[in-house]
Amino acid sequence: MSGRAWKFKDNISTDEICPGRYMSLRSNLPELAKHTLEDARKEFPLEVRKGDFVVGGKNFGMGSSREHAPIIIKMCGVRAVLAQSFARIFYRNSINIGLPAIICDTSLISEGDELELDLGKSYVTNLTKGTEILFPKMSKTMEAILQEGGLIPYVEKYGDLLLA
Amino acid sequence: MAGKTLAEKIIGEHAANGSVSSGEVVIVKVDYAFSHDASGPLLINQLSRFKGDAFSGSLNKERTIFFIDHAVPPPTKELSNDQEIVRQFAMGNGLVLSDAGNGICHQVMAEDYAAPGNLIVGTDSHTCTSGGLCAFSTGMGATDIAVAMRLRKTWLRVPETIKVNLEGNAPRGVYAKDMILKALSILGTDGATYKSLEFHGSAIDEMDVYGRLTLANMAVEAGAKTGLIKSDERTRNYLEEFHRVEQWREMASDENAVYESEISFDVSELEPQVALPGSPDNVKPVSQARGAKVNEVFIGSCTNTRIEDMRIVAQIFKNHKKAKGLKLIVTPSSQKVYLGCMREGILDTIIEAGALVTPAGCGVCFGALGGIPADNDVIFSSSNRNFPGRTGNPKAQTYLGSPATAAATAINGCISDPREFL
Ligand code: SF4
Repeated sequence: MSGRAWKFKDNISTDEICPGRYMSLRSNLPELAKHTLEDARKEFPLEVRKGDFVVGGKNFGMGSSREHAPIIIKMCGVRAVLAQSFARIFYRNSINIGLPAIICDTSLISEGDELELDLGKSYVTNLTKGTEILFPKMSKTMEAILQEGGLIPYVEKYGDLLLA
Repeated sequence: MAGKTLAEKIIGEHAANGSVSSGEVVIVKVDYAFSHDASGPLLINQLSRFKGDAFSGSLNKERTIFFIDHAVPPPTKELSNDQEIVRQFAMGNGLVLSDAGNGICHQVMAEDYAAPGNLIVGTDSHTCTSGGLCAFSTGMGATDIAVAMRLRKTWLRVPETIKVNLEGNAPRGVYAKDMILKALSILGTDGATYKSLEFHGSAIDEMDVYGRLTLANMAVEAGAKTGLIKSDERTRNYLEEFHRVEQWREMASDENAVYESEISFDVSELEPQVALPGSPDNVKPVSQARGAKVNEVFIGSCTNTRIEDMRIVAQIFKNHKKAKGLKLIVTPSSQKVYLGCMREGILDTIIEAGALVTPAGCGVCFGALGGIPADNDVIFSSSNRNFPGRTGNPKAQTYLGSPATAAATAINGCISDPREFL
């Protein structure tokens, strides 16, 4: 299944992904998700489709530890977030809730490109450009957590935190 | 054998096999895990996904803390409901509840809980503040902290450390906030991602814990996992002031510790620093930002507004009033600070200057409560972040600086050098 690339600039903060002014909606995630990334691109929450990709630059997700940020991106149906680099809390949060956060060379992707992700083989296919972007394997621990669909199912399954 | 950084030492003491080095991924025991009203409901929901008792691990209930600090008093029924979820959960499970008005989580952690050598995790990016007391403390998301609360442990990658050397004596009008802004201008907002910052130098030897907390608080603005400062006599004095001197221990990194890189500057040559709107690393000396019009000043947040900050603010406001039409909001970081301001007459001075003083909490800092700026407002804030939309209105702009620079700016209605009033 392929999806379209939504390109974002460097240093997208969690304040832009999930603005603090909507704090009242934090226990109403479907409503909160209607504001996903709207401060960065107003049309995003209105036009994003299931299977699309969020494509950032450097330091995607900097700032606050609010896990609501990756949660609402996932609720929009986003397949994965691709970026040159991630802020560490956002990266960890994404994996913990089962949203793939992929570190790769996003300069090879343009707005609207059709992308396909192969997590197991660690590459993104850019169908529009006819290219493949390889990315480094994530750490074994991260991979294992993602495979279980997030940290809670992972701990439920193994009964403990383990290092893969 | 290579020596250890502070991060390696503290993580090592909490890891199963004792000795760790940067780059290793380890499971560590957690001394304190906390959350607050902004992330607590999500965390509680994650905990409820575990079958059976949410706290199956070796939970130490006195060391699991819920704060109600982000939106106090709650401005909407939704936030009121959220806070009730947090309150009932904490009380129902016999956990520690730091209720509305008691203060910002990081300030209360530094006053009542964090101690040298602790390993602390919380659902807030500025959890790193307690690094000023030589605690390895780091922010994570709700799911990670839910697991840390349940199992009393978490996993960490032992960070590489960047050594930040601050030498010299701070001149009049220059504070820890100016030093960390200067460091951010060198590091950038991703210059320390996944790393630990360790602050050294004669300026640190001379700095009291309140300033050290400000430095550690903004480590995350460079992307760092934590910011750490040795524990010395000043740390001891601080803990004594908060009636827990028995929790003091001396701690420092080894002489031959291995650092990934170093940055250094001489603080005696520093002027007050200001971060221009958009990003905390967009920093200029006040002389280059001077005169820019400002119509709201916020003195608050976990970065500043400890009692020492408030004393400086009162000194500047003495016999002065805020500029006409300017909105001046002052939010003490904790109840203890608030009471201190009352007892020392600081409140009188600040209120007479025209400030609106709000209950202890996060206040204006992140845009969910009062003080949300109007379109095209320009705010000068003593907080730590000025990303677009941070204060609740993407059409407003935010400058950052020390409480002293904020106070001087409030008097003149434009960005001003605090030395004019000191
Ligand atoms: S004062 Fe601001 S930065 Fe500090 S915890 Fe509260 S919202 Fe976060």
